[in-house]
Amino acid sequence: MRSRLALRSVAIGYLALLLAFPVGLVFFRAFEDGVAAFWDSLTTADAQHAFWLTIEMVAIAVPLNTVFGVLCALVLVRQRFRGKALLNAAIDLPFAVSPVVIGLALILVYGRNGWIGDWLIENGIRVIFSTPGMILATIFVSLPFVVREVVPVLREIGTEQEQAAETLGASPFQTFFRITLPAIRWGVAYGVVLTTARALGEFGAVSIVSGKLSGQTETLTLLVENRFQRFDLVGAYAASVVLAILALLTLLSMNLLRPKEGR
Amino acid sequence: MGIVVENVSKKFGDFVALEDVSLDVRDGSLTALLGPSGGGKSTLLRVIAGLEEPDSGTVVIDGEDTTAVPARKRGVGFVFQHYAPFKHMTVRDNVAFGLKIRKREKAEIEERVTELLELVHLEGFKDRYPSQLSGGQRQRMALARALAVRPKVLLLDEPFGALDATVRKELRAWLRQLHDEMHVTTVFVTHDQEEAMEVAEQIVVLNHGRIEQVGAPQDLYDKPANDFVMHFIGPVAPLGQRWLRPHDLDILLTPEPGATAATVQHVLHLGFEVRVEVKPEDGEDTWVQTTRDRARELELEEGQRIWLRPAQDPVLEPEAAA
Repeated sequence: MRSRLALRSVAIGYLALLLAFPVGLVFFRAFEDGVAAFWDSLTTADAQHAFWLTIEMVAIAVPLNTVFGVLCALVLVRQRFRGKALLNAAIDLPFAVSPVVIGLALILVYGRNGWIGDWLIENGIRVIFSTPGMILATIFVSLPFVVREVVPVLREIGTEQEQAAETLGASPFQTFFRITLPAIRWGVAYGVVLTTARALGEFGAVSIVSGKLSGQTETLTLLVENRFQRFDLVGAYAASVVLAILALLTLLSMNLLRPKEGR
Repeated sequence: MGIVVENVSKKFGDFVALEDVSLDVRDGSLTALLGPSGGGKSTLLRVIAGLEEPDSGTVVIDGEDTTAVPARKRGVGFVFQHYAPFKHMTVRDNVAFGLKIRKREKAEIEERVTELLELVHLEGFKDRYPSQLSGGQRQRMALARALAVRPKVLLLDEPFGALDATVRKELRAWLRQLHDEMHVTTVFVTHDQEEAMEVAEQIVVLNHGRIEQVGAPQDLYDKPANDFVMHFIGPVAPLGQRWLRPHDLDILLTPEPGATAATVQHVLHLGFEVRVEVKPEDGEDTWVQTTRDRARELELEEGQRIWLRPAQDPVLEPEAAA
């Protein structure tokens, strides 16, 4: 009994000290100069722009990675081919490689003197130091989540239900939407939540490819850093609070969506 | 009509699952594919369903060559070994699935589903999910789902394999009865010879991807084509160089020309059946299956000296048995 209590105290104490306390302090400091100051710092043009830019990146990166993630998981679980192990490893690359390196890699490809960057710039398409590059970076860093959540679920459900649907006359398309997708929906949902959280919070890769132009290529995370470096502490904390609330809402929506019988 | 399989072969890598298999399943019949695991019976069933593509050979269903027809257009009903219930759907939606895919009218679907659920005795379970059903109920739901689309043939993969013994017995009788009512050409896979004998009109014995023998249950028992079939279907007892059915051995209390001298080792009373384990003077130990009345008549005791004689000609000659 005592040892179980000790174990619980360690777990809770660790979380409190390293997670809850610092995040709580951010909330506290954000309101240090009063609610008015907090509100003012969030309603500046730059802050508004940063907020909507962040939402835009999430709105593009998350659906793309969801569709790609489900397709990729299907390929990994249901098909056998040469180089499958390689593909499997490549999917984890964004986990393994530092976001800063990812940012630099994108510049090498799409930037000036880059592999296809010059051609793009000549044709009037700016990728680096612009929104497309930031979206690419966000997609890159948040790519593995849906795949990794869906693969084990697909393995677990097996192919028998799909074959049963086939013998009952369902086309591959009907089988996917009526049988496979409902069977993996909680895996997909959890993957979407993690992808969203990652896309909201991405800093390193986006920071490198954005050029950090206030009011143009500045997301919420970049805004926090910018304000912090200009000693606008209340402003930095206020933007942080918005980020934290968005993340909490994402996680909460997952728990609300989840059926009672659980995964 | 019915199903005609011609010269079908199928390999999985180096493993030969089916080797030049040809088979005729009469329209409206009830056929068992019987054999040890890995013998190719499930693969043959899946080839008929179109879930597995044969390397060579043809499958004709109801007079139509379906070898190149995908499973979804073959008009077969398939019941999987573990029933493959659609877990996120209620019993009603499971059974209605094939009809919804065929875009039938709502009223028609409802009527057919009700009819089928009555047939499989699941009327009260419409709104349950598969996880809320017992194994036997899930199996019956899978059967109703397969029958809903009025398939030309019904294929069942180890239909009783995952059920406990009592439910199994019940469902066997029920399947037989259902078949008598529906007259749909039915093929089921089993590794249990008793099950095949009890349910099927025709048994196909498969081993190592080849058909060993096809025939009515009694033919297979009385006239097995070879040693494998003899051993796989029904009990066997050795006598000298030959194999016999253990009830085809007579026990004599006095010597007689051609009879083999032996000693009684154990007498096991199993109700109506009595099993006598004997040790011949030469050759391996064997046993005789006899009735309670006959054993009483003989007054057999352990250690007693007896003589064994085949009651009729052996079903398999020694050459074939070797």
